[in-house]
Amino acid sequence: MEALFTPANKELAIDALIGIIKLAVIFNVLLLVFSLMTYVERRVLGFMQFRRGPNRTGPWGILQPAADGIKLFFKEELMPEGANKFLFFAAPVVAIVTAYVSLAVVPYGGPLVIPFYGQVSLFGRPINIQIADLDVGILFIFAITALGVYSIVCAGYASNNKYALIGGLRSSAQMFSYELALGMSWVSVIMAAGSFRLNDIVSAAERMNVWMWFVMQFPAFVIYMIAACAEVNRTPFDLPEGETELVAGFHVEYSSMKFALLQMAEYINMITVCALASNMFLGGWLSPWPGVIPNSPLWFFAKVLFLLFVFIWLRATVPRFRYDQLMDFGWKRLIPAAALWVVFFSGMTAFFGEKKSPPSTVAIIQPAAGQVSR
Amino acid sequence: MILDVILFYGAALVALASGLFVIAQRNPINSAFSLIITMCSLAVMFAMLGSGFIAVLQVVVYAGAIMVLFLFVIMLLNAQQDAGDRAGGIGRAGIILGIILALQAVMVVWKGSASLPTRHTETAAVDVARELFSQPRYLYPFEATSILILSAMIGAIVVARKEKGK
Repeated sequence: MEALFTPANKELAIDALIGIIKLAVIFNVLLLVFSLMTYVERRVLGFMQFRRGPNRTGPWGILQPAADGIKLFFKEELMPEGANKFLFFAAPVVAIVTAYVSLAVVPYGGPLVIPFYGQVSLFGRPINIQIADLDVGILFIFAITALGVYSIVCAGYASNNKYALIGGLRSSAQMFSYELALGMSWVSVIMAAGSFRLNDIVSAAERMNVWMWFVMQFPAFVIYMIAACAEVNRTPFDLPEGETELVAGFHVEYSSMKFALLQMAEYINMITVCALASNMFLGGWLSPWPGVIPNSPLWFFAKVLFLLFVFIWLRATVPRFRYDQLMDFGWKRLIPAAALWVVFFSGMTAFFGEKKSPPSTVAIIQPAAGQVSR
Repeated sequence: MILDVILFYGAALVALASGLFVIAQRNPINSAFSLIITMCSLAVMFAMLGSGFIAVLQVVVYAGAIMVLFLFVIMLLNAQQDAGDRAGGIGRAGIILGIILALQAVMVVWKGSASLPTRHTETAAVDVARELFSQPRYLYPFEATSILILSAMIGAIVVARKEKGK
């Protein structure tokens, strides 16, 4: 083996170290945001429905998430008889892993710029708040979301309970149906930016002006938000929960920490879709008034928090769909609307858009490709 | 590059082990889940070869869409453990096919890696699009495939409707 301490290896090690630091920070921040979300959600719901919500643990009930965590830790872990033990255990693991992995490619506010300080750098490198800047960022998230469905299928099947099985089938059918509309709502954004990379999408919005971008993509934004709502099982579409009409669905048999993990995955997914919406439609970390207020990651967080609030707001105001209404709405309204928008937008781009040739890497790899015998 | 080696052998090991599980499991659901893991580890290999686009498509199409269909069919038709008829004609045909494929793989390795693509040629999604939609390359095959898929889709709808009308 050649020398291990070459300059190239040193660079690699620094990259890896920065990556690990980012991972640790983002992981923990999300954990915190998740636990706060459970509290904020109940408080806001209480406020909107003229009741109090949790207010006993700590000042204003702020320690409620910790109390919930302790309670779930000490709850008895139940495993139904005749359950498929491995799959029963695997379902929450798959849920939480897919929830976290899809967050790896989301940019959390671009270059880390602190007001009155400037660009933050570590080991002489400017820091971008993103773990992996993939060329296929959006598609990667799509792929991981597609895998996330297996946690539901798995949980429903492994519980050895017919209600869980039916609930699992119901929820997974819902997720596939709305995944189509979700994917289609991205098409116009990808077309306008000419890239799958989330950073490129934000810079396309910057070139165009954030407000113009938002107005141009508004129909896609509406379709995206509806489909995302169904995708993360939030209220108008929360048939997997359905605590009043249906038994809870795929997670009836889950208790204690496994249940907590499933819940947590749901909240993390909610944060993911809000972060995506913020990057794709609202211009991410860009300031709506460039020149007046500078771009900053704080903008990104403000936009994400607002979208999260919208989700809670919807939960407080909109009643639940019935299952057939849900399927009708998904297949007969949302998907045709998304398809129409894609056709309309691509037509407009073909007729009025400027002719641009996307950045090419063919020229760079051509010599290497030439060696390959075809 | 020791990291690459670890990643490759890790992914290869997972792919092989889960591939074995697919045929060794008696419960069809377990087999299906093993197949999903095989496909995901294949996607890791595509990504290591520098083609993130193909890797992601592998997960979306195979692990995401097709395997879900498998699972639904298994779950809805309630296919239980097969009653030990694995040594039947299909099993024998599978063994023969497997041997042929293994021989082919050995031959490729035997002939040397000169004919294999070199690593570190990152293929962006843009390059895939350029190959697919440019004239001398794959434009006509691509369009022909899309017509084929469309007709298959219409066929599926017609079949489904007929059953409903009865």
